[in-house]
Amino acid sequence: MRPFLLRLFFVVALPALLVALWWLASDGSTNVYWPPLRTILRTFPDVWTSERLRSDLVPSVLRLLAGYAAAAVVGVALGTVIGSYRRVRAVCEPVLEFLRALPPPVLVPVIMLFAGIGDTMKIAVIASGCVWPILLNTVEGVRAVDSVMAETARSYGITGMARLRSVVLRAASPQIFAGLRQALSIGIILMVISEMFAASNGLGFTIVQFQRSFAIPDMWTGILVLGLLGFLLSVVFRLVERRVLGWYHGLRAVSRRSP
Amino acid sequence: MRGANAALGAAGLAAFLALGEAVPRLGLVKEAYFPPTSRIADALGQEVTEHAFWTALGDTLTGWALGLAIAIGAGVVVGLLVSVVPYLREVTASTIEFLRPIPSVALIPLAVLLYGTELRSVLLLVVYASFWQVLVQVLYGVQDVDPVAEETARSYGLGPWARVRHVLWPTALPYVMTGVRLAAAVALILAVTAELVIGAPGLGARIAVAESSQAVPDMYALVVVTGLLGLLINVGARTVERRALAWHQSVRGEVAV
Repeated sequence: MRPFLLRLFFVVALPALLVALWWLASDGSTNVYWPPLRTILRTFPDVWTSERLRSDLVPSVLRLLAGYAAAAVVGVALGTVIGSYRRVRAVCEPVLEFLRALPPPVLVPVIMLFAGIGDTMKIAVIASGCVWPILLNTVEGVRAVDSVMAETARSYGITGMARLRSVVLRAASPQIFAGLRQALSIGIILMVISEMFAASNGLGFTIVQFQRSFAIPDMWTGILVLGLLGFLLSVVFRLVERRVLGWYHGLRAVSRRSP
Repeated sequence: MRGANAALGAAGLAAFLALGEAVPRLGLVKEAYFPPTSRIADALGQEVTEHAFWTALGDTLTGWALGLAIAIGAGVVVGLLVSVVPYLREVTASTIEFLRPIPSVALIPLAVLLYGTELRSVLLLVVYASFWQVLVQVLYGVQDVDPVAEETARSYGLGPWARVRHVLWPTALPYVMTGVRLAAAVALILAVTAELVIGAPGLGARIAVAESSQAVPDMYALVVVTGLLGLLINVGARTVERRALAWHQSVRGEVAV
């Protein structure tokens, strides 16, 4: 085990250096588009007051969570069904491949036709983009359930919901989480884009608004907020994953040490 | 077995298309929102006769290919450098973890201000998004190098360059290829997004125009084209992966001894 201070140094050294470089390089900047970091940081608290956090950040995050949750439920449910039956899988495969290959942002104009420009549209856009990686990874995971394990469960009389929960979904969960991770970044992209198209609030809307009104330092603070949000969500995701997949990572660590 | 699966797949596809034809015809969805398959196909036929369509397709592919190439090059070089130079990996870990989840679409306003609707704003987004996919896979790949092989190469007196060439690179290649496959898909998403939102010339911009001029079947036709493009890119990336890794266990499969 390394001393704590040394590890701390490795974590903060480069970020500190980069921020310092940004600060120094931009300090005397008169370029409108690259305002000094000093100005950006001074603008930050003025722009992101609790009022704006409530009116823009919260709606964005709620939409993201609603769409993401819907995609997770639908993706895992459909994926389990498709993965469990070989014939269903064969029938659905080409269509699913196509739907997955569709760049999700092109769905924004399509869904705008159906759902207008309200919250429903944004949630639908996020859900329809996030669902494919979750669905396909669940299919793969369910398909690859160890046959010995499945047989054992059967001979012990584990059936129905118990079998689904503690055998199928458990065995598929590493794959499902891989899908959820891919879906998270797609979800953030779609959240921002759907708000850039037609909205009256939200992070994407606000940032574009600043850009159009040439409030450049404010725009930069918006970019920082989006970056922080992306980072925070990925940290939260990793914590959840570590909890849920603790058994799996432990298993892998053991099998790596004793080949 | 394969034939049966292909037949079932074709049946599924046919059913999907038939559903797309029947649902609006039966009035379950308004035709104005969701035209039947045949009308989308008509619009698609119309599109491919137009010169502007091919120009847009070319623009999209240019942004995609150029951005992907830059991202792969930079990702591989930076990845190898970071993992070969002592301590560099530990120093950069936190920065990479922080920068990677920043959504590249956050850079859209900046790209608009800096480059307007030029190709360069597409490239900015595409490169930022796909660079991380490659970089992270290279880092994973290098980490996977067998310490015994590394030590063996060292004790045979292989220099740093030869070690990279003969030990590191072959081990990391499967990971790099995964990164390239992921990056290829992400690059298309970002290229189309940039065109759609910023208005840089390409398929995305054409979709935006079709949408705002109420040319609904054309819009669907273009959406289908982007899907087919994505499909081609996926298949292509997988083929490249198989070719490049033809020697590797995962592709070669178990060989009976």
